[in-house]
Amino acid sequence: MTLIRRILLRLLTMAITLFGVAVIVFFVIRVVPGNPIAMMLPPGAGEEDIARLKALYGLDKTIPEQFVIWLSGVLQGDFGTSITTRQPVLALVLSRLPATLELSVVALVIAVAIGGTLALTGTRMRGTRSEGAIDVANGMALSVPDFLWGLVLILLFGVLWPVFHISGRVSPSLDLPFVTNFYLFESVLRLRFDIWADLVAHMFMPALALAIPLAAIIAQLLKQSLKETMHLDYVTLSRTKGYGENHVITREALPNAVLPTLTLIGVQFTFLIGGTVIIERLFSYEGLGNMAIDAVINRDLPLIQGIVILFALIFSVVNLVVDLTYAALNPRLRHG
Amino acid sequence: MADGRSQVKRRAGARLWLSATWLGLLVLGAVFAPLIAPQDPLAQDLFGARLPPFWEAGADAAFPLGSDSLGRDVLSRIIHGARIALGVALIAGTLTCLIGSGLGLIAGYFRGWPDMVISRLVDIWMAFPPVLFAILLIAVLGTGLSSIIIAIVVIDWTRFARVIRAEAMSQGAMDYVASAQVAGRKRFSILLAEILPNVLPTIVVLLTLEMGIAVIVEAILSFVNLSISTDQPTWGSMIAEGRLSIHQAWWVLVFPLVTLFLTVLSFSQLGEGLKDHFDPVLR
Amino acid sequence: MSFLTIENLNAEVGPAPILRDVSLSVAAGEVRGLVGESGAGKSMIGKAVLGTLPSAIEISSGRIVLEGEDLQAMRPRDRRRVIGAKAALIPQDPLTALNPSRRVGPQITDRLVDILGWTRHDAQTRALELLDEVQIPEPERVMRAYPHELSGGMRQRILIASAFAAEPKLIIADEPTTALDVTVQKQILKLIKQMQARHGTALLFVTHDLGVVSKICQSLTVLYGGKVLEDTRIGDFFARPAHPYSAALLAATPKYTDPAASLTPVPEAVIDGVRAEIEAFDRMHGHV
Ligand SMILES: Nc1ncnc2c1ncn2[C@@H]1O[C@H](COP(=O)(O)OP(=O)(O)OP(=O)(O)O)[C@@H](O)[C@H]1O
Ligand SMILES: [Mg+2]
Repeated sequence: MTLIRRILLRLLTMAITLFGVAVIVFFVIRVVPGNPIAMMLPPGAGEEDIARLKALYGLDKTIPEQFVIWLSGVLQGDFGTSITTRQPVLALVLSRLPATLELSVVALVIAVAIGGTLALTGTRMRGTRSEGAIDVANGMALSVPDFLWGLVLILLFGVLWPVFHISGRVSPSLDLPFVTNFYLFESVLRLRFDIWADLVAHMFMPALALAIPLAAIIAQLLKQSLKETMHLDYVTLSRTKGYGENHVITREALPNAVLPTLTLIGVQFTFLIGGTVIIERLFSYEGLGNMAIDAVINRDLPLIQGIVILFALIFSVVNLVVDLTYAALNPRLRHG
Repeated sequence: MADGRSQVKRRAGARLWLSATWLGLLVLGAVFAPLIAPQDPLAQDLFGARLPPFWEAGADAAFPLGSDSLGRDVLSRIIHGARIALGVALIAGTLTCLIGSGLGLIAGYFRGWPDMVISRLVDIWMAFPPVLFAILLIAVLGTGLSSIIIAIVVIDWTRFARVIRAEAMSQGAMDYVASAQVAGRKRFSILLAEILPNVLPTIVVLLTLEMGIAVIVEAILSFVNLSISTDQPTWGSMIAEGRLSIHQAWWVLVFPLVTLFLTVLSFSQLGEGLKDHFDPVLR
Repeated sequence: MSFLTIENLNAEVGPAPILRDVSLSVAAGEVRGLVGESGAGKSMIGKAVLGTLPSAIEISSGRIVLEGEDLQAMRPRDRRRVIGAKAALIPQDPLTALNPSRRVGPQITDRLVDILGWTRHDAQTRALELLDEVQIPEPERVMRAYPHELSGGMRQRILIASAFAAEPKLIIADEPTTALDVTVQKQILKLIKQMQARHGTALLFVTHDLGVVSKICQSLTVLYGGKVLEDTRIGDFFARPAHPYSAALLAATPKYTDPAASLTPVPEAVIDGVRAEIEAFDRMHGHV
């Protein structure tokens, strides 16, 4: 009952937010002084051609009219046609979405792995020099954004010690037998581990760049909440039962310390997804973000709209999922 | 116990000093750029292209950190780039701070419909990927320094609004505010005289952090070639250039990157240091 | 033969002594009270025995012997196992002593399965028996419940069951009733006494309350400032306390016969006497 109400309420705010995003993007874009039509035409095209093209893309109507037309299209799954490629926006966006999703999820996994390990090690070594070292590293990792970590990684692992690819999603020489664009996922299903390895070698650097700041946040917060939990009576009681420190940390303290960290990971994960825009550009990774920057540079209005709405949708869904996971994991909420 | 505490304090102090020193040097460099820079940052010399830094064979002492693919002096471009980076940090940071904190104070103290509108806006803003939003705005506004500044303000005001709103709310619930209200003082004068001074430390910390963010945003925008006219030396455009010639001339990427890295780190550490300083209880 | 023997235990935090030459013993099946004002170090003694002292506190000398085994001489890993197998704790606050994210059942059986190597099935059966023994209705349902679904009294019963689960020879109860309602306190106290008698467990009972001591203990240790002032049989203590502080303490304890007399605090002069005693001890042991 409470869970269903919670979901409905979240869906409602989500709808309002998405509508707000749609309105803002739509109107902001239409203030563009540069004329996208003019850019599309060969030099020497006449007034007539311009008018025809404008009509084709609906740009001859008033802005509110355009918005209503566009929105009713969107509600039916029609995001319009890209001006530069003349393909349906939805198809274009969906073809790139898997690449970005795979990158984000891999980055999240790396961040959780590194952050979790650091938090657990720091808790295990609390009060020693190692804990201090972890804190200092965390502080550094937090202060510097993914874009700079990306550049540092390019230098370290692309130039100084070139073990990973620093450009692209997959080696162009490879023959891809895939039917979906979830290459990483499909390569595992098809047991093509050669392709899988190539994908990972390409993805690791951008994913790590995205993961470093998040890993630091996770490490910091989880360690903090672990340390607080370690003083609680049930942890002490578990020690008297004969359990070692590792068991006490991972079995007794961790499940309770994870909850506050989880909500934060949700918010931070949306930041991470936002970071893919520039990181994909930096690593020439063919995802949504890279496409978005091209779209902006080319003034491809329908495509920009589609991408921004899609990003906003992903953000909202992530927040919803986190909220629900939190409710599902917390016994108090589950039964309350 | 007492020992550990003083050790933390000392480390925090060193952090503050190192950051402040680096930023101070940078400000000096920016102010006196034309006097300090060994070369004209725009002067091209295709015969002196990709000179290595001074300690490598084939270096030219007049180009201490080497030159890029057009033969422009890397050091001079970094020094001149500091002008744009710090200018953007200062102006965009301050404007963002004023607008964001103002809205946050209003929302947090007056509550009611202004709070509803502002909070809703913040929610919507949170659903935008910030980098994409920035690029979009630049595309709309056209390139140039003022566009960058506007873009940063438009994107980042929520950072201030969110935090300051929460602080103003908790301050507004304190007894001293209630007693001032009972005493019949105007709400706006209470806001300025009672609430503002109490949230000021937080504002200063956020402002410092925001300056670092502004530097990064400017670098990102010039990296995707949307910042200022391309012949202006900016760290971001140097990095973009260096990224392309990374296998031929690493120094074109490394030096501006290190500068940017240290600057962003310094702003952030300065902000964290100030936070500890203002916070009477050590975190 | 005493089951637990503490000999000349000294513990410090930095330069400040927390325990001063503490010696006490608990015979097999005996109930020993440990009383003293707040901060006297009662909990620290319990923690020293169970190996859960805060990291700031260090044992500088002395021995803790559990059934003939010197705990201080063992490797930490072995020490934990020995303690887990032979001793158990009934904690003070049942609201915080159960892990909120784990079901109750596994929190009772985990020691049996993981440390003592029982089968899951045996442990389960044992836990149900024990829950029945501590008078918990519907034990199966309670085993599957999360702690927050149960009342404070129920949780303390579960913790008692859990403490007795492995048939330990020693149980340390650190003010096991102070966090409970007065009516529940009596029931829990009675339950602990019953369980102790039935299982023949030695019990070190930490409390402020001499009334409680008179009901369940056979012997008593009085502590002040981490120093043992008196170690005596319970009858002797109430008849003729040997230390002036003990006498004052006794005078300050509520008596059912004469409630007005219970308001006498421990006189300043007695406290000063005890302080002087402790200072003399510290001088002798080189603490300033
Ligand atoms: N983590 C710690 N670090 C340093 N000193 C501590 C720590 N915990 C307790 N102490 C000190 O140890 C002394 C003994 O504390 P202890 O908890 O044993 O008292 P107690 O007799 O159990 O009191 P109470 O009746 O309040 O539980 C106190 O003086 C206390 O200040
Ligand atoms: Mg105690």
